[in-house]
Amino acid sequence: MNLAVREAVRAFKRAPMLSALSVTTIAFSLFAFGLFGLVALNLRSALADIEERVEIRGFVAEGTNPEATATAVGDISSFPEVASVLLISEVQALDRARRELGEFEDVFEAGILPASIEVRLKEGYRDPAHVREIARRLEVYDFIDDIRYGEEWVEKLHRLRTIASAVGISLGMTFALVAVIIIGSTIRMAVLARSREIRIMRLVGATNGFIRAPFLVEGFLKGLLGGVLALVLTRTTFEFVGQYVVQASYFNTGIAVLGVLGGALIGLVGSAVSVGRHLRRV
Amino acid sequence: MIRFTHVTKQYPKGGPAIDDVSFHVNRGEFVFLTGPSGAGKSTVLKLIYVDERPTSGEMKFAGQSSAVMTMKEIPALRRRLGVVFQDFQLLEDRTAEQNVAFALEVIGTPHQQVGPKVARALTQVGLAAKATALPHELSGGEQQRVAIARALVNDPIVLLADEPTGNLDDRATRGIFQLLRDINASGTAVMMATHDLALVKAQQYRTLEMNRGRLVYDSGGQFPAEGDEFDVPVPNPAIDLAVAAAPPAESLLEGAAADPRLEGAAADPRLEGAAADSRLDGPQAEEAR
Repeated sequence: MNLAVREAVRAFKRAPMLSALSVTTIAFSLFAFGLFGLVALNLRSALADIEERVEIRGFVAEGTNPEATATAVGDISSFPEVASVLLISEVQALDRARRELGEFEDVFEAGILPASIEVRLKEGYRDPAHVREIARRLEVYDFIDDIRYGEEWVEKLHRLRTIASAVGISLGMTFALVAVIIIGSTIRMAVLARSREIRIMRLVGATNGFIRAPFLVEGFLKGLLGGVLALVLTRTTFEFVGQYVVQASYFNTGIAVLGVLGGALIGLVGSAVSVGRHLRRV
Repeated sequence: MIRFTHVTKQYPKGGPAIDDVSFHVNRGEFVFLTGPSGAGKSTVLKLIYVDERPTSGEMKFAGQSSAVMTMKEIPALRRRLGVVFQDFQLLEDRTAEQNVAFALEVIGTPHQQVGPKVARALTQVGLAAKATALPHELSGGEQQRVAIARALVNDPIVLLADEPTGNLDDRATRGIFQLLRDINASGTAVMMATHDLALVKAQQYRTLEMNRGRLVYDSGGQFPAEGDEFDVPVPNPAIDLAVAAAPPAESLLEGAAADPRLEGAAADPRLEGAAADSRLDGPQAEEAR
């Protein structure tokens, strides 16, 4: 192990340009992937924010017994899909309308707006099918006159979300694949540059494990350095965008650490594969 | 020690590189392997250090058969032989001693043994004074000496040399050849592939001649009786040191009484030989200057 680390460090020292080039290549591949990840992350949270506004509103007929509505509210809150149920009285409805409309507050008179039951759904149940299903279940109460949930809007949002995840997954996989291929060939170059060393090691009877070790250390270190550099690059870009374009959210610590370790892992596996191929071929 | 039995090596593309070759080499022998380019000399050597495997037939080295050898057994076999090439195969960014030490380090030799072994090997090839020189600071002959020191540092039982003088001028060639003779005199078998017929003819050593993949001439070795040493596994102290298990001393000497060179080999006469042998100060020293 000692020798492996020493040989890996030696390889860095001997060809600093080549090593710097591979670290930079790895960093930029991961950077591109990281940027995409940031965009996806923010898009996702923006969509989630909008989705939270999906609600089903059932209007209560005038003169309904308050006890009946209260029982209904209790029933509805026990649906597994339901996050919260709110009973809005006629007075509250009027208040809210006046607050929301500001300068036009005097256009409303008491008694114009009906009381309503507002149902919000849990995450994962905000798609058109579930929304429709809950709306249907509200219909069974005969004191509920009318049910509104912005059917068209819910459909559109759902489609947007589906497209976003499909694009996200395919682009993400493409970016990841490109990163792996670029990092793999960078490491392969490093291995080829040292084919004479490998040949001599084999000739004097070094075991394959012994031959692999320095390359694994080297690949791991390069991947790790590339990952750290990519993190610095995404953070810098993030700060820049935050300052001049738009406030966004950044990876949490867990994901950042995972990203750097992912880089190291790609370096490690890439080296193992490259050296393995080389050992079989020579 | 080395035995080829009807060995044929066929590459996927093209005809057989070597075709039905049988011979054997005893411990401590000096053998020329000669013939024109493409005759199969390098293939024979590659088969011995198991860079290639026979398509048919069997190669046996120190009791190990190519037919049953697993990939994992190959490194151990290679630690018992040394190989040198026409192009030296040195690492350009390492000094002479680092090049030699590399061969020890990558097989896990304990750190404290590396220095003395390297110094001994470099002394043996007459390059102790240039231990810290980089390959490009050395002449071709000196570079080949470093390569030979690297091949010898693990105390091999045979040294395989593939056109070791092919890139050298006459004087360096004489120096390297003399060194190989010294190495052989101290008990190590030497198998030298060369197409330098003048060199071969000037010597009285056994000669194997290849042509178009066939062994066309064998000037004759000493044929040992059936069941001779080359069927007996030969313990090698150099590799066993790595696992800190010294071999039993008697196994080294077993069956060696008939061959006086081997008796000396057990006590490693190369070190003494190198100091005592006046030839070391001859052409080598001349070349080193």
